[in-house]
Amino acid sequence: MPLLKVRNIETYYGPIMAIKGVSFDVEQGAIVTILGANGAGKTTILKTISGVMDPEKGSIEFMGQPIEGLPPDRIVRLGISQVPEGREVFHDLTVKENLMMGAYPRKDRDGIKKDLQMVYGYFPILGERTAQLAGDMSGGQQQMVVIARALMARPKLMLLDEPSLGLSPLLVKEIYAIIKRINTEQKTTILLVEQNAPMALSTASHGFVLELGRIVMDDSCDALLANEDVKEFYLGIKEEGVRGERRWKRKKKWR
Amino acid sequence: MELLNEILQTVLSGISIGCVYGLVALGFVLIFKATEVINFAQGELLMLGAFISYSLIGLLHFPYWAALAVTVIVMGLLGTLLERTVLRSLVGEPVYAIVIVTIGLSYFLRSMVSMIPGWGTDTYGFQTPFAEKFIRTGKLVISWEYLAIILITTALIFLLFSFFRYTRVGTAMRATSQNQLAAVYMGISVTRVFSLTWTIAAALGGIGGILLSPITFVHMNMGFIGLKAFPAAVLGGFGSLPGAIVGGLIIGITESLAGFYLPEGWKDIAAWIILIGVLIIRPQGLFGIQEKKKV
Ligand SMILES: Nc1ncnc2c1ncn2[C@@H]1O[C@H](COP(=O)(O)OP(=O)(O)O)[C@@H](O)[C@H]1O
Ligand SMILES: [Mg+2]
Repeated sequence: MPLLKVRNIETYYGPIMAIKGVSFDVEQGAIVTILGANGAGKTTILKTISGVMDPEKGSIEFMGQPIEGLPPDRIVRLGISQVPEGREVFHDLTVKENLMMGAYPRKDRDGIKKDLQMVYGYFPILGERTAQLAGDMSGGQQQMVVIARALMARPKLMLLDEPSLGLSPLLVKEIYAIIKRINTEQKTTILLVEQNAPMALSTASHGFVLELGRIVMDDSCDALLANEDVKEFYLGIKEEGVRGERRWKRKKKWR
Repeated sequence: MELLNEILQTVLSGISIGCVYGLVALGFVLIFKATEVINFAQGELLMLGAFISYSLIGLLHFPYWAALAVTVIVMGLLGTLLERTVLRSLVGEPVYAIVIVTIGLSYFLRSMVSMIPGWGTDTYGFQTPFAEKFIRTGKLVISWEYLAIILITTALIFLLFSFFRYTRVGTAMRATSQNQLAAVYMGISVTRVFSLTWTIAAALGGIGGILLSPITFVHMNMGFIGLKAFPAAVLGGFGSLPGAIVGGLIIGITESLAGFYLPEGWKDIAAWIILIGVLIIRPQGLFGIQEKKKV
C-alpha cells in the first residue's frame, strides 16, 4: 500500500481550474518528485494534500485513510508536514522558537529535545544561532530553518516546495545532500516539487512531470533523465532542428 | 514642596488612568495583530466589565479580589462567545465590513446594558479595599486608589508578557500574527488563535472596567474611553504591545497635567494633539516598525 494515494483531484481558484485531475502514488520511504514550470500547479497540489485547499473532486488517502477535506491542523497531526515555498519563516521569532513551532502538535518533551539535537546535527549553523531572529538570517539559512522546522513535527511525509528557489548552486547542493540524508537516516518519505529538474531528478527515485495542471509523464528518475523531452524542456539540453516545430510536436506527443 | 506634591499627585493620577488607557489600547492591538480588525467595541467591553463588577461587589457583596477574578472569567468567556457567534462567521469578509460590525457591536452592548434591570442609564459606584487609604511620606501623599491601578496593571502586563514570550500557545499566537499561512502548516489552528485573542482582549477589557470604576464611576458611556485608548494605541505604533502601554501612559499623564494647569477643554483634546505631534515626527508611531507582515 502506498503511503500517499492521490486520485483524480481537481482544485480550483474561484472559477480557474488549477489542477485538472491529477493522480499519483508516493511509496513509503521514497523520495518522489513532481517537476513543472512556473504556474504548472505544483504548489496547488501540495496545498491540496496538506488541506490548505480543498479539492473539488477526487480523493487523497494517507496510510489508507481518506484525508481530503480535513482541516490542515488535523492533517499535520496525521504526519504530513509541508515546507512552503519562499522560506516562510516566522521572522520575529528566534531560530529555536521557529523550530519549537514545528513541534507544536507534539507533547513528548523528551522526544522534542532529542529532535532539536537531531535537527542541529543536520544544520549545525542553526545550533549556533538558536537565539537569532529568523528574519535576520540569510536566504539559505532561512531555507534550513523551514526544513528543520518541518522535521520537528517528526512527519511521516514531508512535502517540500522548491527548496532550491533563489539559492546559489552551492547551497542548493548542500541542502539537497541534507534532504537525501534525512530521507535515509530518519526514514522520512519526501514529496519534492521542483523547477530545478537536474537536482530533483538526481535526488528522487520516481518523478512526475506536471504541465498546466495535468501529469504528462510518470517514470523512474533514471528514465526521465534519459528522456529526450525532459532533456530538452527541463534539463536545457537542446538538439538540432527547427525549434518551434519540435516543441509543438513534443508537447503534442505528451497529451 | 507644596508644588512638588501637587505635580506628583497629578502625574500619579495620570499614570493610573494611563494604565487603563493602555489596557484598552492593548485590547485594540492584540485583536489587530491577530486578525487585522480594529475592534471598536473594545471600550464597551470595558464598560460591560465595570457593570459586571458593580453587580458582583455592589449588589452581591463579593469581596473585591473575588469580583476581579469572576469579572475576568465572565468577560473572557463572553469574548470567546462573541468570536464564535459573530466574528467567526465573518472570516473572509473584507476587513472594513468586520470593523463596521464591531461598531454595531459597541452600540448593541450599550443598549443591552441600558435595558438590563438594575443596570440602566444611571451612574453607580462600589467599594474597593483601596478607597480613602493613603501612603504618607513627609509631605507627600499617595492614594492607594491610584497605586492599586498601577500595581495591578503592572502585574497583568508582566503576566501577559510571560505568556506570549514563554508559553507554547503564546508563541503560537505571535507566530500566527507574523505569518498566518506558515502557522497553518505548523498545525496551529488559526481559528483557535483568533478565539483566544478575543478571549484575552475581552478579559483585559473586564479588568480595565473594574480598575476604572472607582475613578469615573460605572455608567453606560464608559466605553467612550476608547476615544482616548485608540490614539494611545496609534501613538505606540499600533502593532506593538509595549507601545500600547507606553502610549496609554503618555496620554494619561499629559491629559492629567493639562487638566490641572491648562484652561478647561484642553484636557480632552490633549490626547489628540500629542498624537498628531508624534505622528508628524514619527509616522510609524513610537514603537512601530515597518512590519514585513505575510498573510
Ligand atoms: N491565489 C491564486 N488565485 C488565482 N490563481 C492562482 C492562485 N495561485 C495560483 N494560481 C494559478 O494556479 C496555477 C497553478 O499555480 P501554482 O500551483 O502556484 O503553480 P506552481 O507552484 O507550479 O508555480 C497558475 O496558473 C496560477 O496562476
Ligand atoms: Mg509554486
